[in-house]
Amino acid sequence: MRAIRRRPTRTVESMIEYLILGCACISIMILLLIIIFLFKEGLPAFAHIPLSEFIFGTVWQVQAVEPRYGILPLLCGSILVTGGAITVSVPLSIMCALYISEVAHPLAREVIKPLIELLAGIPSVVYGFLALTALADLTQRFTGSIHRLNALNGALILAVMIAPTVISISEDAIKSVPKEYREAAYAIGADKWETMSRVVFPAAFPGVMVAVMLGISRAIGETMAVLMATGNAPLLTFDILSSVQTMTAVIAIEMGEVTFGSVHYHALFAIGLILLGITFIINFLAEALLRRFRGVSP
Amino acid sequence: MSSEYKIEIRNLQVGFGKLMVIKNLNINIMSNCVTAVMGPSGCGKSTLIRTINRLNDLVPECHVKGQVLLDGRDIYDPSMDVVELRRRVGMVFQKPNPFPKSIYENIAFGPRIHGIAGGNSLDEIVERSLRAAALWDEVKDRLDAPALSLSGGQQQRLCIARALAVQPEVILLDEPCSALDPAATAKIESLMVSLKKDYTVIVVTHNMQQAARVSDFTAFLYLGELVEYGETRRVFENPSSKLTEDFITGRFG
Repeated sequence: MRAIRRRPTRTVESMIEYLILGCACISIMILLLIIIFLFKEGLPAFAHIPLSEFIFGTVWQVQAVEPRYGILPLLCGSILVTGGAITVSVPLSIMCALYISEVAHPLAREVIKPLIELLAGIPSVVYGFLALTALADLTQRFTGSIHRLNALNGALILAVMIAPTVISISEDAIKSVPKEYREAAYAIGADKWETMSRVVFPAAFPGVMVAVMLGISRAIGETMAVLMATGNAPLLTFDILSSVQTMTAVIAIEMGEVTFGSVHYHALFAIGLILLGITFIINFLAEALLRRFRGVSP
Repeated sequence: MSSEYKIEIRNLQVGFGKLMVIKNLNINIMSNCVTAVMGPSGCGKSTLIRTINRLNDLVPECHVKGQVLLDGRDIYDPSMDVVELRRRVGMVFQKPNPFPKSIYENIAFGPRIHGIAGGNSLDEIVERSLRAAALWDEVKDRLDAPALSLSGGQQQRLCIARALAVQPEVILLDEPCSALDPAATAKIESLMVSLKKDYTVIVVTHNMQQAARVSDFTAFLYLGELVEYGETRRVFENPSSKLTEDFITGRFG
């Protein structure tokens, strides 16, 4: 007879536990350090710029004799581009997820899913290239906009970029709806569309909302592609056909030539702080939503 | 054709891919009776009743040969409307599976998609269905509560009410009590008996006592074949097949 495999001793087991605890602590520490660093570099900006002027100031002009640090135009740029991307991407992505998990032939699914995941693997600078060259011409031709590079252009490329995130997370949510619900609907005589729209989708809704939230945080944080696509003019506007500059783009562009320790330097970090705050709020909302819906459905 | 049979099944063969689950089965189901389908696990009981509402259609590799007549009409005929078939033949599953919606919305689901017949209001249909499933008194004050907040037995009765709401003619129950405790089981059993007044009830069970308690007719399936079929009392007191006798006396199964 073979000897029964000996279980790890109690000390080994507790060592493993500490190891795992250590790993968890490291990631929390890193996050904390990032936040501390951002605050340390960002907060001094407000010693020179009043907070109200920073947030509500309508002009971002750092090279002027009297530099102006108002992030409202940048905030507007970010909102325009992200909002546009979400508006375009979310409905398409959700329908795509429904198609993949509920309608597509298994063979089609095998082809489409990896292709969509491949989209997520394309470097964002390549997307930026595409937006800068091909997509910009298209958007200008179809809208007749004055600015060749504009918020719409950035929104469209961003819509493609966040689609894989929204699709694959929504698809997971839809797929995890128990088979029993579908059977129950079919057994009452619901057809495929009724089952999908009245039973499966509502049951998957919390998960789909989380997918949308994650798509939004990804869109707000995206830098390189929007930097190349939107024209980088910090204009305070709600016109989607105008050139804009996003908060991320301004950091990426100006950080390279800023004088270390200057007001400008600290102001850029303060923008980073605001960005962090926004994504933090969105993730928090996603979590809260999920928690609330979990109370109702399993 | 005798019209007292609600369902006539002729030369039925059902398989999944290469595996034949039901091999040449013939059975006639009486109208307004409870018919129990009994047999050891894997003998094709569930497959049989899922053939009657064509729920097996959802399984891509499933193939069906032979005839299943509902009121004399072959439900596998290409002209058969599957949606209408499933309205007429309701089903209750092994595990209670209410939708993650309110109690009211669970019942209203069927009438909403099929349209409401006979000038009844949705509220009336909901109340009538819940009463028929002996659940009304327990939930009438909280129709907006989530269905998943009910106990397992209540959920199963809710599923029965949901099936009744579209006014079916036949109700298929696939081991409806196997996930329930004895008290809830007793409630569902007495419900099954009361339902036969208005409906034709077919219940799959591997619990012999249950078959004996609730059914008028009992079919005994073994390895995809109908071994014995007749009045429940006769089947239990005087089985004609040695196999049935062994199953009933607990030698296997």
